[in-house]
Amino acid sequence: MKLLAIHWALIGIWALLTLASLVVFVVSKRSSKDMSELVQRTQSWWVMVAIFTLAFLVSQTISIIVFALISFLALKEYFSMIPTRRADRRVLFWAYLSIPVQYFWVYDHYYGMFAVFIPVYMFLFLPFASLLSQQTDGFLKSVGTLNWGLMLCVFSISHAAFLLILPATPESSAGGAGLLLFLIFLTQFNDVAQYTWGKLFGRHKIIPGVSPNKTWEGFLGGVATTFVLAMLIAPLVTPLDLPHAAAAGLLIAVAGFVGDVTVSALKRDLGVKDTGSLIPGHGGILDRIDSLTFTAPLFFHFTRYFYY
Amino acid sequence: MLQKAFYIFVKTAVLFLLGLNVRRKELLPSDGPAIIVANHNSHLDTMVLMALMPLSRLKDIKPVAAADYFFSSPRKAWLSEHVLGIIPVERTGADKTVDPLEGCYEALAQDKVLILFPEGSRGEPEQMTDLKKGISYLAERFPDAPVVPVFTHGLGKALPKGSFLLVPFFCDIFIGEPITWPGNRTQFMNRLKERFSQLSSEKNFASWE
Repeated sequence: MKLLAIHWALIGIWALLTLASLVVFVVSKRSSKDMSELVQRTQSWWVMVAIFTLAFLVSQTISIIVFALISFLALKEYFSMIPTRRADRRVLFWAYLSIPVQYFWVYDHYYGMFAVFIPVYMFLFLPFASLLSQQTDGFLKSVGTLNWGLMLCVFSISHAAFLLILPATPESSAGGAGLLLFLIFLTQFNDVAQYTWGKLFGRHKIIPGVSPNKTWEGFLGGVATTFVLAMLIAPLVTPLDLPHAAAAGLLIAVAGFVGDVTVSALKRDLGVKDTGSLIPGHGGILDRIDSLTFTAPLFFHFTRYFYY
Repeated sequence: MLQKAFYIFVKTAVLFLLGLNVRRKELLPSDGPAIIVANHNSHLDTMVLMALMPLSRLKDIKPVAAADYFFSSPRKAWLSEHVLGIIPVERTGADKTVDPLEGCYEALAQDKVLILFPEGSRGEPEQMTDLKKGISYLAERFPDAPVVPVFTHGLGKALPKGSFLLVPFFCDIFIGEPITWPGNRTQFMNRLKERFSQLSSEKNFASWE
C-alpha cells in the first residue's frame, strides 16, 4: 500500500498527540497542582482522534454518518439545556428529523438543497408546526431558540461533512478529505493553542463579561500559531496557494475564537458551566465543537468560492 | 433470557436516544435486600434504572408498580411479570384482608433489590408530589436494607404521561447516599424528603412548561 498525503497527515496528528501526551504526563508528574482535568482532557483527545481516524479511513459514508451523529448529540445537548415548552415536543421531534435529511443531501452531493433546506424550508416549517398547538405564550422565544439551535448544531456542522465530498483537483490529490482534515485540525489546534498561550502569558482580559479566562495574549498567540501552521500544512493536503492558505489560517483562528465565545455567552445566559458531560475533561459535545460551528461554514464557502 | 434480550435493547436505546448524566453510580446497591427509591415522571423511569444495572443482576431487581395499571389485561400482566419482573401493588386498597405490600416483603426476604416510586403516580411531568408512606413500612420491617434515593430529571420531558412520542433529551440521574433506618416512620419520611430536595437542587434545570 502506498501512503498518500492524507495518510501522512493522519500519522502526523497521531505523532503530535503522542508528543502532547508525553508533555502532559511529565508536567502532571512534576507539578504539585491538581492536573487531573488536563490528563482527562488528553485521554479524551485520544478517543476523539481514534474515532475520527477510523471513520476517515473506512469510508466517506461512515464519516458523513459520524458528522450526523455529532449534530444529533449537539442538538440534543442544546435542547436539553434551553427552556422548552411542553407544547413543542412535536416541533423538537421535527427538528431532530431534519438531521438525517440534511446529511442525506450531503451524501447525495445535492448542493442546492443542502444550502437551503434548513435556512429556508425548516425555517418556515418549524413556526408552522409550533403554531398548530395553538399556544401562543412564548411562541416567539420558542421558534427563535429552536431555529438558532438547528442552524448552529446541524446546518453549520453539516458544512464540514460537505467539504468531504468535494472532488480532488489538479493541485491536490487529497480532495475533500484533505480539506476536512485541514479544517478540523486547525480549528481544534487553534483552540488548544489559544488555551496554552493564554495559560502561559495571559494578562489582559479580552472579553471578561462573557469569558473571564480568555486573554489577548491567548487570542493573538493562537492566531499567530494557526496562521503559520496553515501555511505549512496547506500545500500537503489542500489546493490552497500560499496567500489563500494564510487567509484561511486567519479566518479559522478568528472565527474559531468567535464561535467559542458565542457558546460561552449562551452558557452564561443559561447559568451553566458546561453544555454537558459527554466528553470527560472537556464538558459536553457543544463545548468541543463550538469553534467548528463558525469555522466550518466560513472555511467551506471560502474554499468553494476560490477553488470549486 | 427474554428479560436480558429486552434490556440489551433498552440499554442501547437509552444510551443512544436519551443519553444519561449519572452522578455517583457507585452508590446504587448491587446486592439485596435493598430499596431504590426514585421520583416518578415517565414510563422510562423504570427502564432507565434497570438499564443502569449490570445484566447479570437483572433477575434480582424488582420494580414495584400499580396492579390496576400493569396487570389490567392478561397480555400486560404476562409482560409485566416475565419481562419487566414487576411486583404488583394494589393502589385501590379494595381488599382489606391482604397487606398490599405483601409481595414487597417477600421479595426483600429473598434478598431482592426493589425499585419503588413513592409518589405513587407519574403525575405532572417534572413536578414532584408528596411521598406516600408505604415505603416507611418496608424500611421498618427491613431496617438493615439500605434505602437509596435516586432523583431523575428529563425523562418526563422525553416521554411524559399520556404521550407515545419519544423526544430525545439528555437526562440527569442523581444518586444519593443510602438512608439507614432512623427508628421511626415519621423521621424516616422526613429524612427521605430532605434527601430528595437536596438531590433536586444539585443543578439548575432548564424550565419546561
